[in-house]
Amino acid sequence: MKTLNNRLVLGEHEFTSRFILGSGKYSLNLIKAAVENAGAQMITLALRRANPGGEENILDFIPQGVTLLPNTSGARTAEEAVKIARFSRELGCGDFVKIEVIRDTKYLFPDNYETVRATEILASEGFVVMPYMQPDLNVARDLASAGAACVMPLAAPIGSNRGLQAREFIKILIDEIDLPVIVDAGIGCPSQACEAMEMGAAAVMANTAIATAGDIPLMAEAFKNAIEAGRSAYLAGLGRVLENGASASSPLTGFLSAAD
Amino acid sequence: MDVKSILNGSSEWPDYMDYLPNMDLIRENIMLRVLASVESLEFDRYTPDDVRRALGARECTVYDFAALLSQAAVPFLEEVAQRARKETRARFGNSVTLFTPLYIANYCVNQCVYCGFNRSNRIKRARLESDELEREMRAIAASGLEEILILTGESPRMSNVAYISNACAIARKYFRVVGVEVYPMNIREYTALHSCGVDFVTVFQETYNMQRYGELHPGGRKRIFPYRFHAQERALMGGVRGVGFAVLLGLSDFRADAFATGLHALMIQKKYPHAEISFSCPRLRPIPGGSFTVSRDVSEAELFQVMCAYRIFMPSANITISSRESARFRDNVVGIAATKISAGVDVGVGRHAKNVAKGEEQFEIDDGRSVSEICEMLASRGLQPVMSEYIYV
Repeated sequence: MKTLNNRLVLGEHEFTSRFILGSGKYSLNLIKAAVENAGAQMITLALRRANPGGEENILDFIPQGVTLLPNTSGARTAEEAVKIARFSRELGCGDFVKIEVIRDTKYLFPDNYETVRATEILASEGFVVMPYMQPDLNVARDLASAGAACVMPLAAPIGSNRGLQAREFIKILIDEIDLPVIVDAGIGCPSQACEAMEMGAAAVMANTAIATAGDIPLMAEAFKNAIEAGRSAYLAGLGRVLENGASASSPLTGFLSAAD
Repeated sequence: MDVKSILNGSSEWPDYMDYLPNMDLIRENIMLRVLASVESLEFDRYTPDDVRRALGARECTVYDFAALLSQAAVPFLEEVAQRARKETRARFGNSVTLFTPLYIANYCVNQCVYCGFNRSNRIKRARLESDELEREMRAIAASGLEEILILTGESPRMSNVAYISNACAIARKYFRVVGVEVYPMNIREYTALHSCGVDFVTVFQETYNMQRYGELHPGGRKRIFPYRFHAQERALMGGVRGVGFAVLLGLSDFRADAFATGLHALMIQKKYPHAEISFSCPRLRPIPGGSFTVSRDVSEAELFQVMCAYRIFMPSANITISSRESARFRDNVVGIAATKISAGVDVGVGRHAKNVAKGEEQFEIDDGRSVSEICEMLASRGLQPVMSEYIYV
């Protein structure tokens, strides 16, 4: 029974929530309420936003008990991502790392080649590596061989709120890769998150859609509900959809019985 | 004519389009393409329909950008602002980054007719020595800031690259983000600065109208227009992460200048996709002892139009709002178009720490609020102050 152990497994860690919340682009004093309403057990953190001991330090606003998912935003090469991940560990942010290697400031597309290289190095150093990537099957396979704990394909350009533009390619990853596929970036509203989960995504990560909502905690809650609904639908098995209207009244195989 | 006499401010200057012998030459057509585009630009031809189309388009083209900067967009300023705010929120959420500029020296060999540091201006000149830099920076860091912008005049004797590098190395001890706004340099000099912790280089072109540029810069190395134009590219080749662009609005036709600035930034972004781009939007300000008058003042509404057009054209660029502007204007443009704001600003040399005050200011500022006052203002407007969003790798 799929429902008996409905947990998200990343490395040796298990989570009951399948909603990874972002912490950027909104007021630090709303993070706690957003986490609570989202029921999130994991929250991303841009290491470059951490300001230990200083003013407006994002680390001071993340509630206890939530797993930190530090990301390497700001890295333009594998080496830079590795440096930032090590820095994160030194800072006491744990062993999870979301690899973001971006050398395009307009679309913020992840560089798949560098991401694979960084994954190899960091996985060998014992990190739980969660790579942000463009949905490409070959790259996803390489990431799996390199020791990634999951793959995180983008649904649409980050921050665009345009939804599952890469639906077909993400579906292929879900079908072919034996790792959790976490849909990251571009999800603009709860219904899109629900759709990703119905499709079989292991989890959804969202930030901008919540950060730019009118009521941030309420939108976090809406995402939580949508993600749970999508997960349940996936586990239940979606009903048959007739693509071209009703079945033909004269079956194409009718001629076979005529021969009897 | 030899280089020495040029640097010493000889009255006999080369044409402003001729490189001096020791300047890195970039064989690149970005400059010609920008200048040709500006020349062919006919702002009068843009109609309200062009502006409506620009506002409705998903991606802002170069033509849309020109339409948004044109006179035809003036009656649509509210719609332009709405679109700008949407772009700002999508890219930056409610984050606004704080920084402060620090003037470390005001010696200058240049003769920019509109500038307080002009070599022929009789002002008190000074530069901060290492111990004074430490004291100044410690005082600034105590306010909670994590980003500093180092500025100097141009003087091969008093503020050479070694002097600036030393200042930046000291700055790295106190701040996470170090940027410079100093004279244009050669590639290996930018590499030297980068190795001292500098990752952001801003160079104001002042105006992209070449002829006007020649008139406004009768002497000093700054006179050489193309060397200045290619500074951002050399800085990126030297290894820095981000580059800033600006014109001094009011020196020439501000609409054409803003258009050229955006186009220049776009072409650099296309050639160096990893580069972080930023814009500054200074208007001319009165200067100590100065009598320079502009051909036409740029109004607040016009400045606002320029900032919004930059935002819509390049949504991911940082836009800095200067302390030259009033508190009322600054408070309102953050969150709509601007994403960076200076705080605790003093544009004189050495006035953050007690007993350091040495040199006079480059221009007059309007908004002298402290860091905590700016943070309070941002919070009251639902915005999140950010001290640093950067990591040196």
